[in-house]
Amino acid sequence: MGRFFNTNAFRLAALYFALFAASVLTLFAFFYLSTAGFIEGQVEQTVGAEIRGLQEQYEQLGLAGLVALVRERSLNERVDNMIYIMTDPFLHEVAGNLSGWPQRTTPVKPGWITFPFEVHTPHGTQTHTALGTQLIVGGDRLLVARDLRDATAFRQRVLSTIAWAALISLALGIVGGLLMTRQMLRRVESVANTTRHIIHGDLAQRIPLTGSGDEFDQLGSNLNAMLDQIERLMVGMRQVTDNIAHDLRTPLSRLRSRLEVTLIEKPNTARYAEVLRETIAEADQLLGTFNALLSIAEAEAGSRRDTTTTVDLAEIARNVAELYEPVADEKGLTLVINVPDTLPVRGDRHLLSQAIANLLDNALKYTLAGRVSLTVGRDGNSARIEVADSGPGIPPDRCDVVFDRFVRLEGSRSTPGNGLGLSLVRAVATLHGGTVRLQDNNPGLMVVFAFPAAPVEPLRASDARPAA
Amino acid sequence: MVAAMKLLVIEDDREAAAYIAKGLAESGYVVDQASEGRDGLFMASSGGYDALVVDRMLPGMDGLSLIAALRAANIRTPVLILSALGAVDDRVKGLRAGSDDYLVKPFAFAELLARVEALIRRGPQIPTTTKLKVGDLELDLLARAVSRQGRAIELLPREFSLLEFLMRHAGQVVTRTMLLESVWDYHFDPQTNVIDVHISRLRQKLDKGFAHPMLQTVRGAGYRLSAE
Repeated sequence: MGRFFNTNAFRLAALYFALFAASVLTLFAFFYLSTAGFIEGQVEQTVGAEIRGLQEQYEQLGLAGLVALVRERSLNERVDNMIYIMTDPFLHEVAGNLSGWPQRTTPVKPGWITFPFEVHTPHGTQTHTALGTQLIVGGDRLLVARDLRDATAFRQRVLSTIAWAALISLALGIVGGLLMTRQMLRRVESVANTTRHIIHGDLAQRIPLTGSGDEFDQLGSNLNAMLDQIERLMVGMRQVTDNIAHDLRTPLSRLRSRLEVTLIEKPNTARYAEVLRETIAEADQLLGTFNALLSIAEAEAGSRRDTTTTVDLAEIARNVAELYEPVADEKGLTLVINVPDTLPVRGDRHLLSQAIANLLDNALKYTLAGRVSLTVGRDGNSARIEVADSGPGIPPDRCDVVFDRFVRLEGSRSTPGNGLGLSLVRAVATLHGGTVRLQDNNPGLMVVFAFPAAPVEPLRASDARPAA
Repeated sequence: MVAAMKLLVIEDDREAAAYIAKGLAESGYVVDQASEGRDGLFMASSGGYDALVVDRMLPGMDGLSLIAALRAANIRTPVLILSALGAVDDRVKGLRAGSDDYLVKPFAFAELLARVEALIRRGPQIPTTTKLKVGDLELDLLARAVSRQGRAIELLPREFSLLEFLMRHAGQVVTRTMLLESVWDYHFDPQTNVIDVHISRLRQKLDKGFAHPMLQTVRGAGYRLSAE
């Protein structure tokens, strides 16, 4: 429980409770002020009416009539709790039902006073309070008042009712606040528990959802989506590491044993130099493989690359084709380039260049005679890059395998290459949200690289310049 | 070389530093070493070096901050960054910090040497130059025309850029990677040696019919264009 008081939830609950208490108390205070004075108001009205009546009587009947009237009203034992007392200028009682002009009077507002007086009942003498006002006729004074007993009782009743109601509301507020807070705390705790498990290595854990779709559920499902993404990346990373470990180990051990064997042989400077040269060449090849793997990993990791920049796919394709054109020429192949003037797409220039380069490289490498064509175009909402050749093609049952890392088909082992070219092409396609397909070119192979590319504003060099 | 060129290698890996320094010294340079960023900055700002070779990740002060500090102090010594970070963004960051070239580890020593030479010989850039001349070979940047011994040579636009780069680095070894980066702006390794094919095409046009071949292949390193 000690931990509880340190939580944000507790602080929140305390804050809300304070606000709640303040509003409850304000409400009740308002209620009290507006009801408690009600009976006093009635008393005031009654007394006021009585004294106005008596004044009218005085104006019609004179002083003697008034005295008679007061006497008559005072005869009965305080009917309606009314109190009358009439005195001469020297405060000698003339008429009334009070034992004398009250000694201790308290003014409440102009013309009105309250005073205590004694009431004799069978159970003894009690002190009550009365509210009254006076009339001066000639030298005589008439005080009319009314016992406030009922009003006081009502006020006390209201006060105690309000006190109880406030007490109950506040108690309910505390209990409700605590319950709500604990409920909230439990939800937060379940998130905390899950993350603790994940930190300790169990990445399969997910935050339980209640299905209510409230803020906690939304937070939970966002966190879960994030965890899914992290898990995917980690699996991908592990795969890459495994592959690198597996596929670099073989050439590395070959390199090592070559050096070892040379060392065992009879010392021979010329032989040493030759082996060193061979070793360097092999190390270079290893580095090439390593770099290719890194490029693939980078393209696969995806998020680090910016594929939202607008680039001209037509220009990218033309540049790569121009790079490979002499290679085709030297091999006696025809390189047919079918590329529009401009084709703005969103993508990564370097990776797209590299993917097209790999496709052309493959096509030129495996085609012994005939032609290789590069076609780029838009097909509705997608961009297409097609590289077709008249080479030996790939058997349909092997079409999926060639995208895996380090796969080199029979018959291709004599040509240089590391078996990573198409893996990179596929990673680049995936990064751009697209696909790579192999199909028969009758004869030969056609590779279709397609990715979604909604038409974008063409690149205009003039836009970059400040207006003249 | 009248006086030996002075280089400063700032690299914290002792073995790599020794290997670089030894290689450069054997190629005729005077080489100083620093193994820590702040020492390196101090030496670079006071030593009068012809070029700096700076590792990107250094203790004390990282390579990029070091270069930024040098440039802020208006020291224009050419800098080559060595880095294990090879992504395009990393290069851009390196060049923005004020370095002149960027070489990704691991690298062939021939590559490092060629790039250091290119940095040193580059000298002050004279943008007003409109004509390049190497021996009897002339290249007019404005008219986009090339001639040798007064005989015009027709070149494709890319061949022209390739020759321009070679002529600007006349007498030096330029590597395939340098050409791929500077002339094509590609930072990947095409599996087939496409650069060789481009060079042999250019060579056909430049040297055919002339007694002296200007465009030579330097084994294990790259190419060199020279008048001798």
